[in-house]
Amino acid sequence: MNSRIKKLRDQSINTKPFISIERAHLLTKFYKSSESKKVSNPVKRALAFKYIMENKSICINEGELIVGERGPSPRATPTYPEINTHSLKDLDILNSREKTAYSVSSEIKEAYKNDIIPFWRGQSIRDRIFDEVSDEWKDAYEAGIFTEFMEQRAPGHTVLDNKIYKKGFMDFKEDIRNSMDSLDFLNDPEAYQKKQELKAMDIAADAIMILAKRYSEKAAELAEKETNKKRKQELRKISETCARVPARAPRSFWEALQHYWFVHLGVITELNGWDSFNPGRLDQHLYPFYKQQLDEGSLTKQNAAELLEAFWIKFNNQPAPPKVGVTAEESGTYTDFALINIGGVKTDGTDGVNELSYLILDVIKEMRILQPSSMVQISKKGPDSFLESALKIIKTGFGQPSIFNTDAIIQELLRQGKSIEDARDGGASGCVETGAFGKENYTLTGYFNMPKVLEITLHNGYDPRTQKKIGLETGDPTEFSDFQDLVDAFRKQLNHFIDIKIEGNNIIERLYSEYIPAPFLSILTSDCIQNGKDYHEGGARYNTTYIQGVGLGTMTDCFTSIKYNVFDKKTITMKKLLQALDTNFKGEENLRQRLIHKTPKYGNDDDYADDNLKTIFDIYYEAVNGRPNTKGGKYRINLLPTTVHIYFGRVTGATPNGRKASVPLSEGISPTQGADTQGPTAVLKSASKIDHLKTGGTLLNQKFNPQLFDDEGISKLVKLIRSYFSMDAHHVQINVVSADTLRKAQKNPEEYKNLIVRVAGYSDYFCDLNKDLQNEIISRTEHREI
Amino acid sequence: MTKGLIFDIKKYAIHDGPGIRTTVFLKGCPLRCWWCHNPEGQSPQKELFYNAEKCLAGCTDCIAACPNQAITRDSTGISIDKSKCRMKEDCAGACPTGALKVIGQEISADELMKEIEKDRIFYQNSSGGVTFSGGEPLMQINFLDAVLEKCKSQYLHTVVDTCGYAPFEDFEKIMDKVDLFLYDLKTMDEEEHLKSTGVSNQLVLDNLKKLGKSAREIHVRIPLIPGFNDSLENAQKTAQFIRNIPGINRINLLPYHRAGTQKYLNLKRTPKDISPLSEDKIKRLQKIYETYDFSVKIGG
Ligand code: SF4
Ligand code: SF4
Repeated sequence: MNSRIKKLRDQSINTKPFISIERAHLLTKFYKSSESKKVSNPVKRALAFKYIMENKSICINEGELIVGERGPSPRATPTYPEINTHSLKDLDILNSREKTAYSVSSEIKEAYKNDIIPFWRGQSIRDRIFDEVSDEWKDAYEAGIFTEFMEQRAPGHTVLDNKIYKKGFMDFKEDIRNSMDSLDFLNDPEAYQKKQELKAMDIAADAIMILAKRYSEKAAELAEKETNKKRKQELRKISETCARVPARAPRSFWEALQHYWFVHLGVITELNGWDSFNPGRLDQHLYPFYKQQLDEGSLTKQNAAELLEAFWIKFNNQPAPPKVGVTAEESGTYTDFALINIGGVKTDGTDGVNELSYLILDVIKEMRILQPSSMVQISKKGPDSFLESALKIIKTGFGQPSIFNTDAIIQELLRQGKSIEDARDGGASGCVETGAFGKENYTLTGYFNMPKVLEITLHNGYDPRTQKKIGLETGDPTEFSDFQDLVDAFRKQLNHFIDIKIEGNNIIERLYSEYIPAPFLSILTSDCIQNGKDYHEGGARYNTTYIQGVGLGTMTDCFTSIKYNVFDKKTITMKKLLQALDTNFKGEENLRQRLIHKTPKYGNDDDYADDNLKTIFDIYYEAVNGRPNTKGGKYRINLLPTTVHIYFGRVTGATPNGRKASVPLSEGISPTQGADTQGPTAVLKSASKIDHLKTGGTLLNQKFNPQLFDDEGISKLVKLIRSYFSMDAHHVQINVVSADTLRKAQKNPEEYKNLIVRVAGYSDYFCDLNKDLQNEIISRTEHREI
Repeated sequence: MTKGLIFDIKKYAIHDGPGIRTTVFLKGCPLRCWWCHNPEGQSPQKELFYNAEKCLAGCTDCIAACPNQAITRDSTGISIDKSKCRMKEDCAGACPTGALKVIGQEISADELMKEIEKDRIFYQNSSGGVTFSGGEPLMQINFLDAVLEKCKSQYLHTVVDTCGYAPFEDFEKIMDKVDLFLYDLKTMDEEEHLKSTGVSNQLVLDNLKKLGKSAREIHVRIPLIPGFNDSLENAQKTAQFIRNIPGINRINLLPYHRAGTQKYLNLKRTPKDISPLSEDKIKRLQKIYETYDFSVKIGG
């Protein structure tokens, strides 16, 4: 890292994130204007976007090569009052909470009090959602059966393909015009709506070009004043670059990065979509530019690395938009889940690993920053050396990159009906979510708490915590004659809650489509332009809605425990077990210990337990998969928790696997913390018993001691991972850190400020995590040196 | 069908031969090395293993379960009166935490194969396989032979980790089913050997000479025990001895570590507590072997 990059990196790391009022202010001003009242919703959204781009502040930092900030300066974070309007209390919490705080100035609070809140109260999507959903939905939500993503942020999780490296926004405008020209007002009843949407896209295209032009002018102005000759030259170059992109397709490596960055800014300014946005297969997209310029001699490897590093810092300058309500109180991360994909295969199916893949790995290692996150796609055709290089970075204990199975991703996408080319051009985003990049709206709608459903089942429809009957009466468990009775009751109960969740989703999806069209994102997502339809309206080539199952490991151990102890070995009656659960095992420590230590557990390659895993997986899959969403697509499942297994644990009482009330659930498809005692091969074997290819992503976390990472150890890890992937597994992430180190960090956070750990599908500063989460990471099984 | 007595099966064993392996530990050993870090593998019988740290306060489940009233409890935990114990194992079955457990599991060759085959995909991808260790695996020669036979019929790569103290006929019996022997050499000094392991090294050395003529591959493993075999002189002698045996080019030096200490306590035995060798000393010993053209590795 040279001194320029070091300075920019320091600035990014050392600036405390803060809330900027700029966007909320401009947006509200526009919504109040008379112009906004005259137009359709899509056009209104586009004009608001344009208004922001015309008036937001321009920021070119000292020494920067890639320019553009979402807020007025690095680490500023705007708010999105049209989605969720922060209350004054929320703002106070953000400002004062112990972890991941955002500074909120008193002017902002004033503006919120006098202007923003009065205007948006009742009109924000969040308010509309809570107005529209049923009481049943609210009861289940409050009980902690599921969470709802779209009450906090817009549908997102999406990633770009390579279209912008071939087209500029002038070209997109032409596509929009062509689509408009072919509208058939005689026969197509939707022609009018389509015209509005296309008009909106056209305005949004202008908006981004306006922003770039302003950057170009600003750079020219700075160049004029600059006395340092070298910097003067650079500023001129920046000015030229911004004059070229994103209006027209990029011609060089530098232009390509700047082009993407404008697009990124557009997407994350238009809306606060989940998981920000992401260039996707960066090594594939940039390679043609890299190769050509290297051959011509107009770029060196060092230049390229410097530009990439400058690009990396831009991501880190944009902390995640903060949430509202309870979520603001308990969850916090600055990470915004941009997951850059490296490796994989090319469109024609051949190995995609190239020199740039390795160069990007070097950049990741150099930069060691939270954002963007990164992953390697490992295909069976790819070289072991690529995986080895990735493991050498993982070894340094920084939690990146995570490791994905390209061949599984492709099969998952094919199973969902994508073309083979679109599947090969896809990857994973966010934590582990599979997608056809640039062509799919794949929306995660919320986590689903499986062990909580079991708790409700064991109480015949009643939730002991909220003291409400929220489920079906599926029978008194003490009268179940065999284990199958319990399985059937659980299935009914789960389907009941999935129905409630889907009914809610179907309302929420429509609310977004109606009130919050996303014309800018629509330009970028095939085939919204051709279809004349918004991203939220089913304009994309593929439209998938996910509900993420959580607590599979806990759930499996619960089923196994009941089957083993109550029905097979009959060591305890159902009645006795339920009593112990209701008292949180008070006075029943011996029983609890037996449930933990003398009962088969998932994660040990033991079919007695793992058969229940399959049963639960199938129940969940059958309940969700293939149901229609409101965008012409289908519901699918994936299995990942991010950090919600902690919240879900808190709302779930004691469970039959010996887990006490409030303790976190298992995470992803990982075994219950501490339940796997047979080492990593057994965990991988167990985890591969579910059919990963029927999901849109699974998350498996494995913690290893640093000692397993000598040269010989790494080559064996390569084989270990390849074996897991040859069983069609989706993903594994490896945390390399000793529990001792973590304990020390917990005690002396000051000394471990830089310690980054893999949390779930993402990495975070260990010291920024709350204590529960820290403890949970410490307690994850540590595979000791053998 | 002969059953074997094993005391552990370790998956993802990466220091017991090539690739990713499963290591099966057979119970029973003719030697009694005081530094042994698997003391639970020495006795050829089942034993009770008690870990006071895991024992629940106020619990009396094992006491209640014992038909022979062999167990009592005081403030430090439980004690078992060996004269009364008939090893019926009811106590360990009743223990909720696993604080009290039985070391040693009887297993048939078929059952063991089932366990071994579970990780086949990992062996296949890493050119790994299965390793038999102990204790001394050759002490259960018929069982070992039966399992090796099955492994070979499944085309698995096999390793036997031996202390060398067994009739040579036993080696001959299994030789062509073993791809690699990990052969332990402790010291060239017969007296020291006798004193510290309980047996003379004569048979061990003779067997190695004979095995060198016909085994497929042998790696010699030398534990480095402070004050026992860590002299430079012993290293010289050992190197000279091995050099004359054909086919051995690789030596593993296994420095003493304290990992086994807790196990002695759990068996109600007293561990000897000594400090590990210095890095520097290990390096110097390594040098000696290297001057004899062996490829030397520290660790397994
Ligand atoms: S093995 Fe049997 S006799 Fe010995 S202590 Fe246990 S229960 Fe009692
Ligand atoms: S049963 Fe186990 S936990 Fe209970 S007293 Fe005996 S050894 Fe301790």
